[in-house]
Amino acid sequence: MRQITVALAGNPNSGKTSLFNMLTGAHQHVANYPGVTVEKREGYCRHKDCEITVVDLPGTYSLTAYSTEEVVARRFILEEAPDVVVDVVDASNVERHLYLGTQLIEMDAPLVFAFNMSDLARRRGLEFDLEQLSRLLEARIVPTVGNKGEGRDALLDAIVTTAQQERTKRTHTVDYGSELEEELLKIEKAVAEFEQQLAKRYGARWLAIKLMEQDEEIFGKVQRQEVREIVTGSIAHIRGIFRDEPEIIMADRRYGFISGACQETIKSTVELRHDVSDTIDAIVTSRILGLPIFLGLMYVTFFLTFRVGKYPMHGLEMLFNWSAMTISRHWPAESALWLRSLLVDGVIGGVGGVLVFLPNILLLFLAIAMLEDSGYMARAAFVMDRIMHRIGLHGKSFIPMLIGFGCSVPAIMATRILENRRNRLTTILVIPLMSCGARLTVYTLFIPAFFAPRWQGPVLWIIYMVGIVLGVVSAKALRMTLLKGETTPFVMELPPYRMPTGKAVFLHTWLRGWMYLRKAGTIILGASVLLWAAANFPRPSREALAGLDEQAAQQQVLQHSLVGRIGRAIEPVIRPLGFDWKIGTALVGSIPAKELFVSQMGIIYAVGNEDREASSLQARLHADYTPLVGFCVMLFVLISAPCIATTAMTRQETGSWRWALFQFISLTGLAYTITFLVYQTGRMLFG
Amino acid sequence: MITQATQGQETPSAGDHQARPLSGVRPGEKVRLVRVNAGRGLNGRLAAMGFVPNVGITVVSNNHPGPFVIIVKEARMMLGRGVAHKIMVR
Repeated sequence: MRQITVALAGNPNSGKTSLFNMLTGAHQHVANYPGVTVEKREGYCRHKDCEITVVDLPGTYSLTAYSTEEVVARRFILEEAPDVVVDVVDASNVERHLYLGTQLIEMDAPLVFAFNMSDLARRRGLEFDLEQLSRLLEARIVPTVGNKGEGRDALLDAIVTTAQQERTKRTHTVDYGSELEEELLKIEKAVAEFEQQLAKRYGARWLAIKLMEQDEEIFGKVQRQEVREIVTGSIAHIRGIFRDEPEIIMADRRYGFISGACQETIKSTVELRHDVSDTIDAIVTSRILGLPIFLGLMYVTFFLTFRVGKYPMHGLEMLFNWSAMTISRHWPAESALWLRSLLVDGVIGGVGGVLVFLPNILLLFLAIAMLEDSGYMARAAFVMDRIMHRIGLHGKSFIPMLIGFGCSVPAIMATRILENRRNRLTTILVIPLMSCGARLTVYTLFIPAFFAPRWQGPVLWIIYMVGIVLGVVSAKALRMTLLKGETTPFVMELPPYRMPTGKAVFLHTWLRGWMYLRKAGTIILGASVLLWAAANFPRPSREALAGLDEQAAQQQVLQHSLVGRIGRAIEPVIRPLGFDWKIGTALVGSIPAKELFVSQMGIIYAVGNEDREASSLQARLHADYTPLVGFCVMLFVLISAPCIATTAMTRQETGSWRWALFQFISLTGLAYTITFLVYQTGRMLFG
Repeated sequence: MITQATQGQETPSAGDHQARPLSGVRPGEKVRLVRVNAGRGLNGRLAAMGFVPNVGITVVSNNHPGPFVIIVKEARMMLGRGVAHKIMVR
């Protein structure tokens, strides 16, 4: 069986992700590129006796050294030398998307073009002479529709054939015009003479092009002074002739090459009319309606998450309760009672308590996937830029923040779209204030316990809004103090609106949901068992338990345990927030992951009271605490120290523990202050 | 909708060869790019996104304050006001 490695390259908005999903289905694996923290998605598939590994490169407009993504994509193609590079091109806008293709041609990568979203192109009245275009680009071209799964076999055929075929020398490449070509030739010769190893590795022509483009990474590789001098001289010469930077002229020539190739081969049969996108944009990005529409959509999202998710949630809850009862009932009396307790209270109580929220999490991810796939997300950034600009952030900062509502970890990774470091740091620091899916589990436990059904939606909305407002205020404060400086220029492509396809949305949701499940199966299972142990050991002596009934004995065990001791130790500190030792214990235990708060509470109550059949956790909470305390718990969980994974990610992305610790400590301080104020004010108002 | 005309820019009907910033162009107007007055990083990045000399730019919306939307090489792009000031057109 032959092994083939394929790299997927393409502009942002080329539908690269949907094509990747089409090729690999759910056989995906996420890692990081070595050295940098750009996400590396890998998938696998089989075709005609070939085992194909597909690597999804970051979406980029070119392969220069302007951003980490471009460097990563370029490095992968150069250093890993994939058997085939598939350039994903938006078929309805070939001219623009082929720009990246010209650079791949220059790198002499074994190329296949996927003309994606070809259905849309056809509807727009575009007609292609693919045979002719393929001859000009010297690569196979396959029309595909990634989100509908069309063209999969043809693309795989092209990949396999290209991988197996002899490489021939290209005849068509970009012609940069006599002045530039003359200088390029000079550099090429110098490189071939003085930097033989580099030339052998990357090709002298490509090196010359990159050196002319003043690519710093490549320039850094050149050791010999002779070459450097020639390059500097050539650049100055070109500048003198064109009165512009060489890379601008070269970009222009590349676009010229493309339009030459497209002129003969792509025909537009219908005049491009004012399309639906314009009409929708006029409404959703308008000054008056833009923001209300955005806030409304967010509200609908959270309402659906809560209301619709309620029914499957109850079903799961019943399932876990039933299994806990079944185990308890059929357990042989007096044998290994600790094991029964571990299974029922530790495993089912802990993991089950978290899995119950899977429907909510899936619904939230589903809504986010729909917003992303429809193209609305980019408009949201547009709408938000006005506000974001005022707090000293970029409209694009809004996207990682929005992802933060799902999970802070990918959100912090998504801040890589921000070029300015100060912007990026500020965004990273406030992301944990965007209430993530894990915290939603806490709200879904607490809100129904304390608030009447008609208040549940609004309370959830308020919690999320508090996070957003605090994020905004903190960002502004950071930008005015620690992270002063200019904001970066805003440039972003608006993708055309698309109807999200069920398949793509479900795959998105499934992949994210699966990550959540895996976390529940590993970290949370482990932590639940540890917590169960901490809640049961050290045990009080037999004498201390003698004469007590079962309930009182359980109470005694818990208070004597490690969990009870820590909870008690911090009780004086959290008393002014309205919290008792049980809440304190759950807060301490939820530092590894916020959703642990729920399983913690479950375990604490299960251990404290065996006859759980009689009253659910929510009823117990309702009996023990006032709605004000319930609200304060949610506030504290929202604002306080981010989970371990987030802290680790902040450390990784900012490059220092300093920022991670700063985030951890300052957020906890902020949580304490706000909760204190709310609780004390609330007590004065409501008695 | 407030356009930049209030900011003392030249009127677009002049048909002159003098460059003016893109930020002063009214919605619906079509212009051509002359150059981008920015650092090398932003310049190169914009060029890769299609902002090359003489390319046609159509302004779709120009709301003040805030970013505005243009069409370059058949793609909608959102620009911040800062960038729009740096792009010189005629």
